[in-house]
Amino acid sequence: MTEQQRPRIGVLAIQGDYSAHAEALRESGAEPVEVRKPEQLAGLDGLILPGGESTTMLKFLEKRHFFDRLVEFSASKPVFGTCAGAILLAREVRNPPQRSLAALDAVVERNAYGRQIDSSIVTAETELPGGPLEMVFIRAPRIVDTGADVEILARRDGSPSLIKQGMVMAATFHPELSHDRRVHRLFVETVAAATKN
Amino acid sequence: MSDQKDTKNLNGTTLRLKVGLAEMLKGGVIMDVMNVEQARIAEESGATSVMALERVPAMIRAEGGVARMAKPSLIKQIIQAVSIPVMAKARIGHFAEAQILQELGVDFIDESEVLTPADEAHHIDKHAFTTPFVCGARNLGEALRRIAEGAAMIRTKGEAGTGDVVHAVQHMRQITSEMRALTVLSEQELYKAAKDHQAPYELIRMVAQTGKLPVPNFSAGGIATPADAALMMQLGAEAIFVGSGIFMKERATPLDVENDPREREEAVSRAKAIVQATTHFNDPKILAEVSEQVTGTMKGLAAAALEESQLLQTRGW
Repeated sequence: MTEQQRPRIGVLAIQGDYSAHAEALRESGAEPVEVRKPEQLAGLDGLILPGGESTTMLKFLEKRHFFDRLVEFSASKPVFGTCAGAILLAREVRNPPQRSLAALDAVVERNAYGRQIDSSIVTAETELPGGPLEMVFIRAPRIVDTGADVEILARRDGSPSLIKQGMVMAATFHPELSHDRRVHRLFVETVAAATKN
Repeated sequence: MSDQKDTKNLNGTTLRLKVGLAEMLKGGVIMDVMNVEQARIAEESGATSVMALERVPAMIRAEGGVARMAKPSLIKQIIQAVSIPVMAKARIGHFAEAQILQELGVDFIDESEVLTPADEAHHIDKHAFTTPFVCGARNLGEALRRIAEGAAMIRTKGEAGTGDVVHAVQHMRQITSEMRALTVLSEQELYKAAKDHQAPYELIRMVAQTGKLPVPNFSAGGIATPADAALMMQLGAEAIFVGSGIFMKERATPLDVENDPREREEAVSRAKAIVQATTHFNDPKILAEVSEQVTGTMKGLAAAALEESQLLQTRGW
């Protein structure tokens, strides 16, 4: 693939593990672009909302019309959120309730598995081809409800942990912290397909 | 996967989860708080984490006495009050304090030189814990010794409680220049480098290959303004700890955020500005804007005027 053909995918770089996502995107055939201001969304083919603290990210989104720009962006371009990013994309957030982009028909409960001492690495079956998937959960949220047209691609103890609704994907774990690149490749393929249309 | 042997290498499950949480804190600000109201202000202002303690370093410095782990009741109240991760400090070598902090559900333990050391020879064996640890360092050897003991995050020591950034700068420059120097050494020279830095050869070799620490590298110690935070980020820090800089006015007097709305507003303005500056550390236009919004700064204490015996950074080895 030449540089011109690589999709340009933004990584929200307010705070969190955005460098790990940028690296995962590079390994999956995309060109990552750090996004700290709303005007940096222009010209991007897709966007990743990384792990970190969703409350911190929201403070930044509430300035400079960033929130509204992201609502527009996620309605027209592929978006993928992991952990804190999944919380930001949800239709509704619980524990405690907070504002979200409502780009994905899902209800997410924050810190649903406990504190850091309860963080864990789980390997489970997935709909993605290639066998079981390693999932790194860190102070993870739980997806407690999903709409009818949300695909569930992996689960943890029965609750969805990787979901996709059209061009929007969310994971309650951190695929960027594993060596397995299947999840990022799926997102890069989603972006490539959307760019072609 | 989670047996003792595995946690001692950087691929072990426990260590991956510990470093994973440190990754999530990158690009953010961790704020020292002494009560529930300060913790709420920190969260509202965009802190990624709070450090629960009874006295911030500026007060410890002014008041003296033995500085210990915070009261469990205070830590529990703060854990209840906020949704972001909560850190707390244990004395150097005081593994029983660390056991208590882990039991309380603290998300990160700072084995800190700001408290009075409990052991003059041994740091805590951090591999023995599920809770991740952060430790201070002044140079690469010290950082790697702490990582060998199981630290999942390193921070510069700086000189806590002064509001003077000079030693944080010195420690960050020292660590980054020592890392750069390793990257050009031959395989044979790395053995000597390990001896010189008094650090394990395997970790020296890892740094030589990647040019960076195997765990996140944050900055602490005297950071008091948005410009200080931006300076440390530009020098290579991956996130910022602010101790006395947000809630103190005079050396031993905190802003009265619980009763005085004007002083509360001042603390909020400082906290928000440092959070903005840490994200936009490379954007002078935004740095100028947020610096203008700050309504006051802690008085501070020039680190150069301190006697050697008053330094906190020389604790630990």
